[in-house]
Amino acid sequence: MIGIFASVIDGILIGSVYGLAAMGLTLIWGVMKVINLAHGAIVVLGMFLLYIASLMIGLPAYATIPVTIVFGFVFGVMLYWIAVHRMIGRAELMSLLATFSINMVLIGLGTAWWTTSPYNVLVAMPGVTWQGYTFTGTHIMAAVLAMVIAGLLYLLLYRTRQGKAIRAVANNREAAELSGIPTTQVLSFAFGLGVALACVSGTLIATLFPFTVLSGEAYQLKSFVVTVLGGLGNPAGALMGGIALGLIEGLATPFMPVSWIPIVEFGLFVFCLIAFPRGIFAFSKA
Amino acid sequence: MIPVWLRPFPWLVVAASLLYAFVPYFADDVQLRESLLLAAVYIVLASNLNLMIGFAGYVNFGNIVFFGLGGYTCLYLVNDLHWPVMAAALVGGIAVSAIALLFGLGILRLRGAFFALATIGVNQAIQQLVINFEPWGGATGIYLSLDSYAPLGGPAQALWTAYLLVVLMAAFSLLGSFAIRNSKFGLGLLAIGQNEDAAAVLGVPTPLYKAMIYSASAFLPAVTGGLYFFKSGIIEPTSAFNLQTSIEAIVMVMLGGSGTIIGPALGAFLYEELRGFLLTAQTFSNFQLVIAGMLLLLIVLFVPDGFLGWVHRRWPRTRRWLE
Repeated sequence: MIGIFASVIDGILIGSVYGLAAMGLTLIWGVMKVINLAHGAIVVLGMFLLYIASLMIGLPAYATIPVTIVFGFVFGVMLYWIAVHRMIGRAELMSLLATFSINMVLIGLGTAWWTTSPYNVLVAMPGVTWQGYTFTGTHIMAAVLAMVIAGLLYLLLYRTRQGKAIRAVANNREAAELSGIPTTQVLSFAFGLGVALACVSGTLIATLFPFTVLSGEAYQLKSFVVTVLGGLGNPAGALMGGIALGLIEGLATPFMPVSWIPIVEFGLFVFCLIAFPRGIFAFSKA
Repeated sequence: MIPVWLRPFPWLVVAASLLYAFVPYFADDVQLRESLLLAAVYIVLASNLNLMIGFAGYVNFGNIVFFGLGGYTCLYLVNDLHWPVMAAALVGGIAVSAIALLFGLGILRLRGAFFALATIGVNQAIQQLVINFEPWGGATGIYLSLDSYAPLGGPAQALWTAYLLVVLMAAFSLLGSFAIRNSKFGLGLLAIGQNEDAAAVLGVPTPLYKAMIYSASAFLPAVTGGLYFFKSGIIEPTSAFNLQTSIEAIVMVMLGGSGTIIGPALGAFLYEELRGFLLTAQTFSNFQLVIAGMLLLLIVLFVPDGFLGWVHRRWPRTRRWLE
């Protein structure tokens, strides 16, 4: 019984990091109706930022996080102007392809530099032992940081002028433009924000598990599952969707072979898309 | 009004296919054959994907799932039940089409980006399912025993047969696209691609047409998957359901010009040859993905109607025979 309880807790801890990654994806979709297929590559970018900062420069692991956020934001705004800006308002195929091409370029560069062999950043963090079960320190720390960042995003979206502008553009871009909001600037800001979230979640994931240049695909697919669970375009739902996915993974592990878990995830994904296209947590529309 | 089959285009396709099929045969060049075979496989994938993207306006990211499932069905039938390969490939195609029809009725209720995401989900779910499916060899896949090539006159002869059959499938893909494009069904699809609600109001049975085209676009890739993996002699889940290949097929469609008939095939051929060149050139082999990505971005940003679209705009008269 305690064993199941422990795996539930661990599921929630990891799930909140999944949720953070998915928030980046869902924010971009919510504001500009673009599905960012470079998401996975950007998560990987965050992982390698940790690798560079902590192993090559020597920063403490958690001090990398503000650096990652700033870097991710700048990089995201850049990507917006290069690839996304001209796609706004065009057929979805176009924005999917444009972001996918960015994905190919990033993965290609990454493979050329770092090859596809696994990397690992060891982070020393004392764990918490309770009733004979140890909760890893890095997992707790990652979950706490994910929650803090999600909280900051909430404050930004609901307590600042810029956040209000983002929500206005998400709601109705033309009306926002008519009320004097510089919508293009807001779009690029929101894209930067989404990329920064993906990037920082990559950094957090890299403190937990080993990673390769190609890990992004798995996390991108997880982010899709999470966004669909939480409702596309709904950041609060994404966090809950992430925790739900973590719970599913945690709960399923004792009962079935590990290789069956992806089937459950993707089955759930397709089922939710068809049955609840607005997400199963659609009540809290952000 | 001359009948559709008397127009120059289908005969152009027949002539080009004959040339394509027999050049490596008479040159007796195995290396050329392998490269052309891969290009022909991509022509099948791209022109069937074009039925969804270019005609109906639905982005299918998981089109490779048909190819993989067709390959698995065929290899299972050939290896374990000792069927002849042609029958096995054909049955694979029919089975996969039927499955696609069922799936299509479900996931085609979704539109735009939601549909695109669902197709990724379907591909990944089926890949994971196959990894766990023991009769199909699980994660290691199926290795074809050498005896399977005996009915076709031994491995060397069987590879030529497989090549000719794949080229035949490529020709069928183009002729099939042409026939669909010039039918009432095709017009309905184009209407769906432009504005689905308006099409429904005008009496196009949209759910049925969408499911039908989804299923139709599964048939030839599944047959070709059977032939291709029969040729390779091995199939395993990561190569059979490779999302990367699936998306490269979209690049090919866009490169050649989506919505046209010969465009995706041209795109597939060009892309395959370009990649062959990049992989062999020393300086570029590491940056093949980077270059393909940049190429895609440039097409999407500046020539969204692809190569053939550009040709059509530049020389409008080519529209009449280069469709």
